[in-house]
Amino acid sequence: MTEHGSISGGPGFLARDRLQALIDGILAAGYACLGPKVRDGAILYEPLDNAAELPVGVRDRQIPGQYRLECGDGPRCFAWATGPQALKPHLFAPREVLWRAERGPDGRIVFSDPQAGVKPVALFGARACDLAALRLQDRHFLEGPYPDPHYAARRRKLLVVAVNCSHPAQTCFCASTGDGPHASAGYDLALTEFDDGFVIHAGSATGARLVEPLRLSAATPAQREAQARQAEQAAQSQSRSLPSRNLRSALFANLEHPRWSDVAERCLSCGNCTSVCPTCFCHSEAEELDLGGARSEHVRQWDSCFTAGHGYMNGHQVRPDTRTRYRQWLTHKLGGWHDQYGRSGCVGCGRCIAWCPAEIDLTEEAAAICGASA
Amino acid sequence: MADKPTVAVHKFASCDGCQLAFLNLGANLLPLAERIDLVHFAEAGPVNLDARVDIAFVEGSISTPEDLQRIRRIRASTGYLVSIGACATTGGIQALRNGAHSAEWLRQIYASPEYIHSLATSTPIAEHVKVDFELWGCPVTGRQIVAAVNALLLGVAPRDDADKVCMECKRRNTVCVLVAKGEACMGPVTRNGCGALCPSFGRDCYACYGPAENPATDALARRFKGLGLMPEDIARRFLFINNQAPAFYAAGHKARGTGHD
Repeated sequence: MTEHGSISGGPGFLARDRLQALIDGILAAGYACLGPKVRDGAILYEPLDNAAELPVGVRDRQIPGQYRLECGDGPRCFAWATGPQALKPHLFAPREVLWRAERGPDGRIVFSDPQAGVKPVALFGARACDLAALRLQDRHFLEGPYPDPHYAARRRKLLVVAVNCSHPAQTCFCASTGDGPHASAGYDLALTEFDDGFVIHAGSATGARLVEPLRLSAATPAQREAQARQAEQAAQSQSRSLPSRNLRSALFANLEHPRWSDVAERCLSCGNCTSVCPTCFCHSEAEELDLGGARSEHVRQWDSCFTAGHGYMNGHQVRPDTRTRYRQWLTHKLGGWHDQYGRSGCVGCGRCIAWCPAEIDLTEEAAAICGASA
Repeated sequence: MADKPTVAVHKFASCDGCQLAFLNLGANLLPLAERIDLVHFAEAGPVNLDARVDIAFVEGSISTPEDLQRIRRIRASTGYLVSIGACATTGGIQALRNGAHSAEWLRQIYASPEYIHSLATSTPIAEHVKVDFELWGCPVTGRQIVAAVNALLLGVAPRDDADKVCMECKRRNTVCVLVAKGEACMGPVTRNGCGALCPSFGRDCYACYGPAENPATDALARRFKGLGLMPEDIARRFLFINNQAPAFYAAGHKARGTGHD
């Protein structure tokens, strides 16, 4: 290889048969690599050492309440849109011990930090919507007056390898929220996949260091054009959209809209939407004691505005039914977030639509409720 | 030893699986034994049916005339009474005989039905005496038992996890079997506590923990219809282990066309 990497100045090109070299480089740099794999009929991020384990030729078909994988042709490993989760569970743990407490023989209670050394993790295959969600989770967990040390420890050691989305699902609407399908920031490396290989952008010094030893040739003008064209096609293939990027006034002007009761008839109030939402951060905390009665763990786990506990305060249930819980979900996600975080909490990934067992479509509900007021 | 709280574990009509949740604690039983005095637990050894106890765990449903007498005696000599498992909380799978022709069944099955002294119904403990707390599940888990014992020993009400199984599936990163495979999963209306066990093995939840808080049974029944289930199939999803739990009873009979609305 005599070509010299122009990665610092612009994108390089990685031939498909050299993808393993990139993964090897990430592993050699000390990261545990997580990448997309097919498991139990879905694409999940699991330990990945070998490029051959990627979902070659796999396509996803997503409609409200239904997710199916299909085997297609061709060499591509990223010709699908999203799985049920991406970055969220690896930073905001679904369940973790925040601290331990132990009562000694003298009755004194000693607190300890259960955080073992956090290992560096590289997540290979994040989408633009996932990066937008990561930015929002960072704002919530890191940028307030009380940064979360558990999230922060994992975030510091996270390497993000994005892959631009070339095959949005029917449920996707990131183009309408302005968050995709092309990843523009928030990654260490971003790849655009073609049949013969990948155009690679480094988005950080760490990313640049990882591609440097690969000595890539610069991406050709034709490859860069093809990249732009692929992004454009991916955006144009999306059919869903939200009525506006800011529905705050429209939602709060329609708190008594009859559609809330209508959707409550269909909604299972099961919390699947909030659990797969890459920006939702609600959680509950509880003490768990061991049988000896001298040790306890303070556990945090994912909660949802669809549970009773979420609406219970000071002896009173403020959201006793599905109508008020669904309204909380939508008005907070698409309305209240503007006050808290300066933008909507929706990044258009469509997970809440595909993974809703009751086939409820957030874009449809938002349009029905906001109607002409959007 | 008088300063240690006394505990009894009783059994009624049941399979003993919930008592096993105690025994399966294994080595963890030792620290528990330091803190309580286990005075009656026939399956584990000590027998003292009429001992006065601070806490009684009651497994099983009321299904014989003798059961009716015994549960009242237990209630009278117990501080906190905790019913454990589907049989004790809803009457269990054996409550399918409620409303059926149980006398006819007895004649068909047993050579000498005159020796069988059972009630026409199988009913939950709370239908006969005051129950202070219920642990749902078929069977309950050691984790539920530990949490309940600890809370009672500390003098606080045990925490009731009545959220849906879906919440736990998602926390475990289990792929939704309803969405990804079209399985008629009962998770969206079923109370958590099992740790979303069945979906983690790729099969649908069959609601052995009973109805969750705010169970949207109508919405789920409609979804099952959309998945291609016939009305009787939908009815049987609800009328199973917790068939007498009011929310499931109503949903099952509505699907079957024998409901009241």
